[in-house]
Amino acid sequence: MSTGSRAATRRPRRSLAPYAFLAPAVLLFAAFLALPIGYAVYLSLRTVKVRGLGLGKGSREQVWAGLSNYSKALTDPDFAASVLRVAAYGVIVVPTMLGLALLFALLLDTPRARARKFSRLAIFLPYAVPAVISSLLWGFLYLPSVSPFHHVADRLGWPLPDLLSSGNVIFAVANIAVWGGVGFNMVVIYTALKAIPSEIYEAAELDGCGQIAIAWRIKVPVVLPSLIMTFVFSLIATLQVFAEPVTLRPLTNTISSTWTPLMKVYRDAFTRDDLHSAAATSVILAFATFVLSYGFLRLVQSRAFGQENR
Amino acid sequence: MTTLAPERTIQPVSTPVRRPTSRSPVATAILLVGAAYCLLPVLWVLIASSKSGAELFSTFTFSPSTHLFDNIADLSAYRGGLFWRWMANTTLYAGVGGLLSTIVSAAAGYGLAKYTFIGKQATFNVLLAGVLVPSVVLAVPQYLLLAKLGLTNTYWAVLLPSIISPYGIYLARIYAAAAVPDDLVEAARTDGAGDFLIFRSIAVPLMAPGLVTVFLFQFVAIWNNFLLPYIMLGNDQLFPLTVGLSGLLNQGASQPSLYTSVVTGSLLSIVPLVALFLTLQRYWKVDLAAGAVKS
Repeated sequence: MSTGSRAATRRPRRSLAPYAFLAPAVLLFAAFLALPIGYAVYLSLRTVKVRGLGLGKGSREQVWAGLSNYSKALTDPDFAASVLRVAAYGVIVVPTMLGLALLFALLLDTPRARARKFSRLAIFLPYAVPAVISSLLWGFLYLPSVSPFHHVADRLGWPLPDLLSSGNVIFAVANIAVWGGVGFNMVVIYTALKAIPSEIYEAAELDGCGQIAIAWRIKVPVVLPSLIMTFVFSLIATLQVFAEPVTLRPLTNTISSTWTPLMKVYRDAFTRDDLHSAAATSVILAFATFVLSYGFLRLVQSRAFGQENR
Repeated sequence: MTTLAPERTIQPVSTPVRRPTSRSPVATAILLVGAAYCLLPVLWVLIASSKSGAELFSTFTFSPSTHLFDNIADLSAYRGGLFWRWMANTTLYAGVGGLLSTIVSAAAGYGLAKYTFIGKQATFNVLLAGVLVPSVVLAVPQYLLLAKLGLTNTYWAVLLPSIISPYGIYLARIYAAAAVPDDLVEAARTDGAGDFLIFRSIAVPLMAPGLVTVFLFQFVAIWNNFLLPYIMLGNDQLFPLTVGLSGLLNQGASQPSLYTSVVTGSLLSIVPLVALFLTLQRYWKVDLAAGAVKS
């Protein structure tokens, strides 16, 4: 306990207390966020030079590499392919997931729908399922010998194509992400909707406004900040997709070891032992994520994250 | 009262003056389709866990069988109960990590909300920028740095990086600003209470409902995390469920008898979180843009 001077209670006191409260967070932030980022940047600018056969002590040394790791990463066809794949994946996942989340949230908020409590719980449930487990479950549901979709389709005489074929696998992975994320985003939007005083709707209803008009004209604009935040978080998560494809890999041969950029980082770092390429690739990804998310926030002139300054 | 309308008892309406609204079957149908979509894989794993290895690939997907307890016994016997060790590890990572993270976030959030000090805004901005840092850029260097300290392949490797949560700090700051009145802090200070005592005995109880949300967030994030333990750990005695089951599925490709264990393990691994969700529902009010809406 600090013994602050009693006289200065009126004005904000000069005290060490706020620094003490922030110290653990700042130290951990420095150790596990700032330092690793700095180290990644450092590693990305270095490379290993092998002398002779590369055997024995001192035959391998780290030297400065300038931007060569970056040019190598950017011109790597595997990297370009994985980036394009994740871009396509993001275009499928983010609008579908947020569109459904908004739809469900609006429906939960209208007194005209029944079974709202049950639906809210059921749709939120996948958030409790780790991505690895949900990929496992869906993976089995995609396998022709297990899949109920194949079973039903076969009975109807419309055999389905392989859901994990090279053309379909991106949708298969996207479905897992949508399934896992829609409930969480729905709850975020629904929480924001709950904050609107119901008098507004009553007034609008008296003015002859229909439920759909109320949804579009009043509710959507009010939850826009929440939508923006869910969009940014979804974007960040999408660019890092890793657990789903890694888990599905044993079930199909259509997912390569560099299927997503993060999988390529993992392969370079831990299978190929090429830490410097891996570092360069991850710095590029982090930079791209930052530019996209920060750029988007600036673009929409969002006041989200504008704090309760006082 | 026998005349009470049944809808009223199911759905308590907050404003009783509201006139009865007409029901829309389309709205209900859409919600139920969404619910069915979300429940389908969970229903499947429930049924599939009851099937023997042969039945898993031969009988109709949704016809249940009677082997659930055999499957649980098989899974429990796998390498001397390794699965339950994964369960215990996951609980440890998520429980301890979540708790420490909540304490750190609460202190930082309170410090940011209730004090004026040099560098406050800069500190907050830097901490908040952490929300946007993708774990991809952290994973490899975190591994290398912890390897230098000889901490990879230990419990610390998963626990330590899980404690810092920029989003938790952001939430805690909002809760502290909203729930802890300045007057109360000032009054306690006039009575001679120290900063830490005020935090512990006044601020924390007032922030408690929000802190439960911060804890749940971090608990679920750690419970569901795959990348960090996947990179940090090599010893399967330290694995959490996600990494363990993913590895088991991998082996299943050459040893199909393991698939039953994978399916049963998946079921058992979601039971604790589902239970946690159902019991702590009311804390799941997630207001990502709280700062923006309040103003």
